[in-house]
Amino acid sequence: MIRRALPLLFVLLCSVSLLVGVKQLSWAQLFAGSTDAWLTLTASRLPRLAALVLAGVGLSLCGVILQHIVRNKFVEPATTGGLDAAKLGILLALTLTPEAGALGRMLFALVFCFACSLLFVAIIGRLRVQHSVLVPVIGLMYGSVLSAIAEFHAYRHNILQNMQGWLLGDFSRVVQGNYEVIYLILPIVLLTYLYAQRFTVLGMGQDTARNLGINYVATASLGLLLVSVTVSVTVICVGAIPFVGLVIPNLVALQFGENLQRTLPIIALSGASLLVACDILGRVLIYPFEVPIGLTAGGLGGVLFLALILWTRR
Amino acid sequence: MITLKHIHKAYAGKTVLHNVSVQFPTRQLTSLIGPNGAGKSTLLMLIARLLKPCSGEILINGRNAAHYRVSEYARQVATLRQHPQFSLRLTLEELVAFGRFPHSRGALNEEDRQQIDTAIGFLGLDHLRGAYIDELSGGQRQMAFLAMTIAQQTDYLLLDEPLNNLDMKHAVQIMRALRRLCDEQGRTVILVVHDINFAANYSDHILALQGGAVRFCGPVAEVVTRSRLQALYGLDFEILRSERGFVCNYFNPSDQEREHEQG
Repeated sequence: MIRRALPLLFVLLCSVSLLVGVKQLSWAQLFAGSTDAWLTLTASRLPRLAALVLAGVGLSLCGVILQHIVRNKFVEPATTGGLDAAKLGILLALTLTPEAGALGRMLFALVFCFACSLLFVAIIGRLRVQHSVLVPVIGLMYGSVLSAIAEFHAYRHNILQNMQGWLLGDFSRVVQGNYEVIYLILPIVLLTYLYAQRFTVLGMGQDTARNLGINYVATASLGLLLVSVTVSVTVICVGAIPFVGLVIPNLVALQFGENLQRTLPIIALSGASLLVACDILGRVLIYPFEVPIGLTAGGLGGVLFLALILWTRR
Repeated sequence: MITLKHIHKAYAGKTVLHNVSVQFPTRQLTSLIGPNGAGKSTLLMLIARLLKPCSGEILINGRNAAHYRVSEYARQVATLRQHPQFSLRLTLEELVAFGRFPHSRGALNEEDRQQIDTAIGFLGLDHLRGAYIDELSGGQRQMAFLAMTIAQQTDYLLLDEPLNNLDMKHAVQIMRALRRLCDEQGRTVILVVHDINFAANYSDHILALQGGAVRFCGPVAEVVTRSRLQALYGLDFEILRSERGFVCNYFNPSDQEREHEQG
């Protein structure tokens, strides 16, 4: 039932998203061929929707890949330091090579995120005490350290306020011409599908992966690379959006299991739907102003996450 | 044929296996026995290539195991370890399907599906196909993992204490299934087992380790004797043979031994 309802829900949310906004837009105007209406659609609404969908898909896939590599259900880029590492990278790019532009910043974010994720996985692998809550706690501490370094650096260069501004997830800046780098998530999604079976095997542990003839280190590194690209692209384009990567894979796993080859489409669609829904919410709450999606997604995701913990403990 | 030549293995300076040279007969069931810390699991993990020997070599079909590629080795040797931390939410059928990964690399064809069905049917798990692994009982879970290993269709099967934490019925089911794998499908099975009675009644061959060295090795009928087991485990054994098999009784010392201890 859910499996059939999900695509419908997604399409519905998408069409609502196209019509909601400060500028009035209706299907009638579009059919009438109003150039003004079409401009709003193609220059602002469609890019925004595309960015939302891609970020939602990307972040939820990131979460699920990380959860399989670390073998812990409570990890996602926000709880493994990945997001903070990307921040740090962008900040360093801003101060070291201010002329590098978006691509340069993204490269910095990517390199930092990848290196810090590798380090995190190595640290977790060396833990003697395996406890499911310990891993995200360590991840959060690790992230805090990275974040503190970033903030110290920002403070010294007088860009602290600036940083807090663009790091909070916000889609209102997305217009034609400044968001296209987010399409990099498309090949990432494709690669994730190709490697779905391998990522599932990683979730069975290093020994099982080896027994099934999979090069564990190479596959896990590839997974972390995919995660890093997605995280850095979304942070550059729309800022940090927490909880999507955590909540969606867990909810889907409860209902559909964790065979990624089967569940990836459901995860992707759910992640996109959640983000589009959060965005609509943010746009109508204090209309005609906007609540940044970092807040709505964080709030809604937090509530869902709490519910999830209480639910699974029963 | 699996041949070990002068295997030496040490962890952090502590020798676990010392100069072990053995041959595992093909198409037979070999049990590794011995007290805790004898190096049984280490030996098995070395053959599985989950550990590397410090020196010596392991030959699989006459070729050094270290020279196989990971994907190639997975089609020769399947390993079943204990899975205390397995937390992935997969159905039994999905789990068994992953046993085909070394052959299919992810895209299942008709033959793969057939092998999955055969493996599930072989262990009589058809009624549990759609059940989630994390909702099965310990015995059923172990059977599910064994089915995955069987579906891997390798000549060699390695099992590390497959009977751990199982009730007698499931333990017997697993051992009979392993016996049939040898007899009906000609596979070579090597397992670590703690219960000497299971080893004596279901194996063709026994390899006994003690303190990292081979204590004795040979066909069951030859090596399951009172003096050998007594020396291996430091317990007073009584070995009863009947047409249904062996019973190795070590639970209470004989009167003679008791007097000896007290005197």
